[in-house]
Order: sequence, then structure tokens, then C-alpha cells
Amino acid sequence: MTTDTHPAAEHRTREKPLLSVQGLRKSFGEREILKGISFDVMSGQTLVLIGPSGSGKTTVLRCLNYLETPTAGAIELAGEPVGGAYVGEAAKWAPLPEHRLALQRSKFGFVFQRFNLFPHLTALQNVAIGPRKVLGLSRAQAEERAAEQLARVSLAEHMDKRPSQLSGGQQQRVAIARALAMEPRLILFDEPTSALDPELVHEVLDVMGDLAREGMTMIVVTHEMGFARRAADKVIFMADGHIVEEGPPEEVFTAPREEKTRRFLTHVLNR
Amino acid sequence: MTIDWAIVEMAIPLLAVGTVMTLKIASVAALLGLTGGIALGLVSLGGWAWMRWLVRGYVDFIRGTPLLIQIFIVFFGLPLMGFRLGEFWAGVIALSLNSAAYIAEIVRGSVGSVEKGQTEAAKSIGMTQGKILLYILLPQSIRPMLPALTNDIITLLKNTSLLSVISVYELTRSGQAIVASHFAPLEIFALLAIYYYAIISVVSWISRVIERRLPAW
Repeated sequence: MTTDTHPAAEHRTREKPLLSVQGLRKSFGEREILKGISFDVMSGQTLVLIGPSGSGKTTVLRCLNYLETPTAGAIELAGEPVGGAYVGEAAKWAPLPEHRLALQRSKFGFVFQRFNLFPHLTALQNVAIGPRKVLGLSRAQAEERAAEQLARVSLAEHMDKRPSQLSGGQQQRVAIARALAMEPRLILFDEPTSALDPELVHEVLDVMGDLAREGMTMIVVTHEMGFARRAADKVIFMADGHIVEEGPPEEVFTAPREEKTRRFLTHVLNR
Repeated sequence: MTIDWAIVEMAIPLLAVGTVMTLKIASVAALLGLTGGIALGLVSLGGWAWMRWLVRGYVDFIRGTPLLIQIFIVFFGLPLMGFRLGEFWAGVIALSLNSAAYIAEIVRGSVGSVEKGQTEAAKSIGMTQGKILLYILLPQSIRPMLPALTNDIITLLKNTSLLSVISVYELTRSGQAIVASHFAPLEIFALLAIYYYAIISVVSWISRVIERRLPAW
């Protein structure tokens, strides 16, 4: 290595991944949805998962924070195994008790396709309830934090509205603020714009783009290829529960190696 | 057929005394039944498996046997177990145990029917099952639960009449006493019906007021 190597670049080569997934499998009954998925995400990276519906993208996300329990495989967040621990000399896998799993889950933000905001709470309360009830902040502290995060997604003037009084795009931004308020290590986005009217898609994508630029680590399942191209550091193309191809977006989009990827891309890009 | 208005006039204040007792029993039993029912309902939603089975068995027993039999079991069973509480408390306990089982089912049903995405969203911000129930699911279920709960409170109110069999001097019993001494069954039972109807109308009205005041979204 020469002396003029940029120190940051040198640091990066030795950096451990923030999230590491090895041989992830998931079956629902007889049907195997994930057939051995492995990938790493570095801190600050945006990873975009693309692929036809039914390819298992959403299931990957849901396994990462244990909304679904994986059938097999290992997930590590910042070096710590997710969902359980290896105990004793035989290093036997023991699932975490509920309260510890819940705590671990709070380190993954999750943004749902259908927002899943709490309808009985205002926007502010939706964002504040996690810091208040899970992190144990006082009401004032939690609401201050919630107001900050709502301002970050440009919703400061809608804080006191209930979800039903907000547009889809606004609701999804509240959901993003709700995830952010927990100060997660990374955020998982499950088709965050699929339930939105076309003219509202951009306001959510803009917020996500800002987050990516600010260095938030994100894994995004999406059909928005424009967003994938602009914001992704890495794109993974999945089909039938496998990773077919992965690489930087310019490579996957302009020169896909696999026939399956090519077919999928011609299909979605010519819509 | 003539109506003996003198008896009616005489009975009105006497029945009012029984009404007070009926209201007393019903309100204490409703309070205990609601508390117990909500607790049992929450256990059957989020408790350990063995606790859920216990609640299941309890609800099955209560639904599968007549209230009258349950009243006798409590009335004769409690003294055997060393509790000498008298007929008032025996009645209150029997009615509470009965309504708690039905209310548990209402709670389980309405909390269980809150959309699954709510639980997932709450999990995703790190909430445990108990917190999810308390802060997310239960507040959303109260309004849809209200009509069914009102129904149960009304049933409970009418069921207090069964306590006449263990000589609780409630509305029905006080009417029976008048019938026994004056033999004017039609007048008295018609009066009883009017009394019950009036009480229950008030309960339904209160329930509608509460329902209107509950926040909607």
C-alpha cells in the first residue's frame, strides 16, 4: 500500500459490516421462501433489493428484525447475533427472551408498505410513543424528540393531526419519523411507496434520499428503479428466494450479467 | 279484567326499595365483572399457554352451565370453603364470575380483531407484548367493544332477578313478596317489567352518550 492512500479509504477496507447476513432461510410450512441469502451492509450504505413479486424481498426484511423468525441462517448487527445467543461451551443457539428481542428489534427501524400508523394517536404521539414507552424518556423529552424528527420530514405543522387527517405521503413520512425517533442503527423500508398515489411518491423518496445522503444505513425493497439508481450503494436482484445478482447500481442496471436480471429490468423499465 | 289501582299505588314505593338493591348489586357486579373480564381477556391474548388454557376452561364452564346453577354453587359452596358472606355477596360474586367470562370473550374478540399491522408496527419500535396490548391494541378496541359490553351489562342487570332464589331482597323478590301477601300477580309483574325497562333504558342511554364522546379517528 502506498503512502498517499486516503486514510478514510484505508479505514474502510478494514471496517466490519454493520449488518451481516449468512445463509438466511425461511419456510412457511412446506414452502421455502428464502433459500439461503447472504449479504453484508456497511455502515452508512444504502442497499436496494429488487426483484419480481414473490421473490422473497419482503421476507428478507421481516426476518432481519425478527418480525418473522428465520428457519436457518445467521444475522449479526454490529457483531452481535440477532434473535438469540450462542451459550455455553458447546455454543448452543438459544433464542432471546421477549424483552431482549424487543430491545434488539428497536435497533432496526421498519417502514411498512401500508404505513401502519397508530390511528388513535396524533402524528406527534405516534413518533413519541416509542421513545417514551420503550426508551423510557419523559413525556417532554419524547415529544421534543418527536417534534425534531417530524420537522426533519417536513411535517412540523401537522404534528397534532391524526393519521386519518393526513395524505398517504404525509402518513408515510410520519412512519419514517417514528422509526428515526428510536435512533435505530439502520432502517428497513418495505416497498414504502407502493401504497401511494403516484403524485405523492416523490415526497417520500425525497426524504429517503436525504437520509441516505446524511449517512443513514438503509435497506430498501422497492420497485422505484429511479430511486435505486440515484441512492443505492449496492443493488441486489432477487428471484425465487435466491440472490441472482448484486453490485453497484450502474453495473446492475446498465450491464446486468444474468439473463434473469436483464429480463426483469426490461420488464419494469419499459412499463 | 280490572286493575287494582290501590295495590299499584301501594307497590310503587315498595318496589323502589328493591330497585335500590338491584342497582347496588348490579353496579358492584358490573365493576368486578368488567375488571375481571378485561384481565381474563388480556390473559387469553397475551398470557402464557397454560394461563390461556385455564381462562379457556373457565369461560367454557360459565357459558356451558345455567347461571341459576352457578348462583346455587356459589351460595352453597362459599360457606363450605369457610366464607360466610351472606346472600348479597354470594349473589354479587356469582354474577361477577358469570359476566367476567362473557366480557373476557368480548375483550379477546375485539382486541384480537385489531389489524395485524398495528402489532407489527409496535413490535418494530421495540414494544413487548404487554406494552402493545396496553398502549396500542386496547385503546383502539374500546369503542368497538362498547355495544357488546353494554349488552352484557344489560344482561347482568336482568340476571339480578335470579338472585331472588337465594332470598336477596332485590326488585323481583320485593315484587314476589307483594304478590304473596296481596295476590295481584298481573299488576305487580307488569310493574316489575316497567321498572326493569326504565333502568335498562337509562343504561342504554348512558352507553350511547359514552360512545358519542369517545374519540373517533
